[in-house]
Amino acid sequence: MRIGLFVTCLTDTMFPETGKAVVTLLERLGHQVEFPMGQSCCGQMHFNTGYRRDAVPMVRGFTAAFDGYEAIVTPSASCGAMVREYHSVLATESGDAALQRDVAEVAPRVQDLSTFLTGTLNLTDVGAHFPHRVTYHPTCHSLRMMHVGDAPLRLLRAVRGIDLVDLPDAETCCGFGGTFSVKNPDVSAAMCADKVAAIKQTGAEVVCAGDNSCLMHIGGALSRQRAGVTAISLAEILASTGEPA
Amino acid sequence: MTAGTGLTGRVIEPGAAGVAAETGSMPTYLGMPAFPEAAKAAVADSQLRRNLTHATTAIRTKRAKAVAELDDWEELRQAAKAIKDHTLANLDTYLLQLEENVTKAGGHVHWARDAAEANAIVARLVKEAGADSAVKVKSMATQETGLNEALAADGIRAIETDLAELIVQLGEDRPSHILVPAIHKNRAEIGDLFRRTMPGAPPDLPDDPQRLAAAARSHLRNEFLNAKVGISGANFAIAGTGSLVVVESEGNGRMCLTLPDTLISVVGVEKVLPSWQDLEVFLALLPRSSTAERMNPYTTIWTGVTPGDGPNNFHLVLLDNGRTATLADQTGRQALRCIRCSACLNVCPVYERTGGHAYGSPYPGPIGAILSPQLRGITSAIDASLPFASSLCGACYEVCPVAINIPEVLVELRARAAENPNHRIERTVFHLSAYVLSSPRRLAAAQRAASVGRHFIGRSGRIRRLPPPLSAWTDTRDAPAPPPESFRAWWSRTRGSAE
Repeated sequence: MRIGLFVTCLTDTMFPETGKAVVTLLERLGHQVEFPMGQSCCGQMHFNTGYRRDAVPMVRGFTAAFDGYEAIVTPSASCGAMVREYHSVLATESGDAALQRDVAEVAPRVQDLSTFLTGTLNLTDVGAHFPHRVTYHPTCHSLRMMHVGDAPLRLLRAVRGIDLVDLPDAETCCGFGGTFSVKNPDVSAAMCADKVAAIKQTGAEVVCAGDNSCLMHIGGALSRQRAGVTAISLAEILASTGEPA
Repeated sequence: MTAGTGLTGRVIEPGAAGVAAETGSMPTYLGMPAFPEAAKAAVADSQLRRNLTHATTAIRTKRAKAVAELDDWEELRQAAKAIKDHTLANLDTYLLQLEENVTKAGGHVHWARDAAEANAIVARLVKEAGADSAVKVKSMATQETGLNEALAADGIRAIETDLAELIVQLGEDRPSHILVPAIHKNRAEIGDLFRRTMPGAPPDLPDDPQRLAAAARSHLRNEFLNAKVGISGANFAIAGTGSLVVVESEGNGRMCLTLPDTLISVVGVEKVLPSWQDLEVFLALLPRSSTAERMNPYTTIWTGVTPGDGPNNFHLVLLDNGRTATLADQTGRQALRCIRCSACLNVCPVYERTGGHAYGSPYPGPIGAILSPQLRGITSAIDASLPFASSLCGACYEVCPVAINIPEVLVELRARAAENPNHRIERTVFHLSAYVLSSPRRLAAAQRAASVGRHFIGRSGRIRRLPPPLSAWTDTRDAPAPPPESFRAWWSRTRGSAE
């Protein structure tokens, strides 16, 4: 199986450890991973903020970069959802029939890392060891657009040494929402305050999720509060073999 | 008294100036600021936050339980969506059929292009009935047209008889929720209001919900018995027989619909359904989504007039007010499927923290954010900001009984709002960022620049302050400093290119 890593521009630029973790993990499981250098951004921020035409070149770039891969695996569900749900919409709006065909071919192959592991690879125990108290925040787009269900939790439960604790009101949005976080900063911060309070209530040392954008938001608030809780991607926990985070 | 949102007052102005001819008009609250600003005040109001969290948490838990009882919920939802889509696609046919059958049954049908026309028709009909007041059933359509204010200007007193609408009216307040208009108030605030403003309320009336309801009941009973005219909306209109349907919880609606001699119903054109068979689907979906009940306590259905039984005069005012304009948009038209259940409000994390007033419309919450800008046009500050009043979490779409993909419509409306001239600077920024982000080569160059810059901006890997507009982030959150090496730089260094 030819696996392409769709690392996403945010993870590429700001959170390279997550990308490295996906490579480490999949290689440990005996798979070869490629990183198509032609990839850049999926266009989600432009699309969601109202600049749809600006996102079309990104759809084009993505489709060209990932042409020919059987599985396109991403550690960021919201970017995966952008490709799966909206690249076809943008291709249609562009009026480019060839692009529409290519998107129809490529976009459905995008998979969230968690369901790629539990579904395609049929694994729950990925050989990870992570001796920490951890809580998991199911991000909105992983849940409602990529439909990961309980795949991340099943993977986490199989991690050795982990003390996995339930997050109260887990399925409530953290308040990130892309440009929402700066266009509606008061509401965004209020939502984040409640999320952070729920995380602290669990007594966890680590909060993890399948979207680095949401983690950047939650982690930014935790850091500001000196809360002593670290935000780490799900991929990094699954790649870990025991050394402290 | 409102719960301190700083937006008290009942002053309204007609729909924002410059509204395109084909869009509707709806009261835009005077001086209503854009959503972020209104939300800032609401978020800071601790009493409001407490009231809302308490109320929405309770109702959404109950709704989830009521919905879980049906194992064919998703099928019902898809059926409702299909029925609405079919009806909207053939709206002209069904509306004419409705008109024909209402007329045949002894009713009169009036067509109103916008709010002003609808209000003028109602005022004329009330006067023709020889009345200077009317009792009202809770109705979103007449909230939308600002009917009470229009009638007052014509010397006609409109009396809200739904308990929550009465609370709002007595407080000279505005509704903040579709189903529970006074959700922003707790019982202590309501008790205080009743003691001060409700005719006949004892000065020692306690804040006990049952005693408060009883006091309202005895006050309203007088109004019902003296009313010559009743005014309502309708949840559904059946084209095939010309029947109107109102579902409610309190029974006040039944009184307004049956006791007065004249009944005037103001109904949005999208409320029509082809047949009774279609109604069945909605009567299963609406109560569970709305009040978390298997069935609502009162369902009143009437067809024209029946001598000796109920009103002798029935007038149906069919309201467009921007609906046909909304229907023209392929993505946006799905908002017209809405049955006003308010499930989306109750699950919305934004609504829970701001309440309804910040939305500057009788339609608050996620549905309001897609309905108001479409019905009124994206011209005022508030309407241009509403499509952005969402984190796009999708909880609204998940619970919507008619499967309105609210995030999809929001994103489409954002594109329309971004065409506005005041988005010029932002548009340039996004255009430039697209230039960088659409090219792996330019992205890599930007990443290298960021890695060099990290020594200047981020001590200990955290950035505590950024200049505007990014200060909106760092006011409450640290930002991560760029890493020494991007992922693609690491990959190139360690693995070489895959191409």
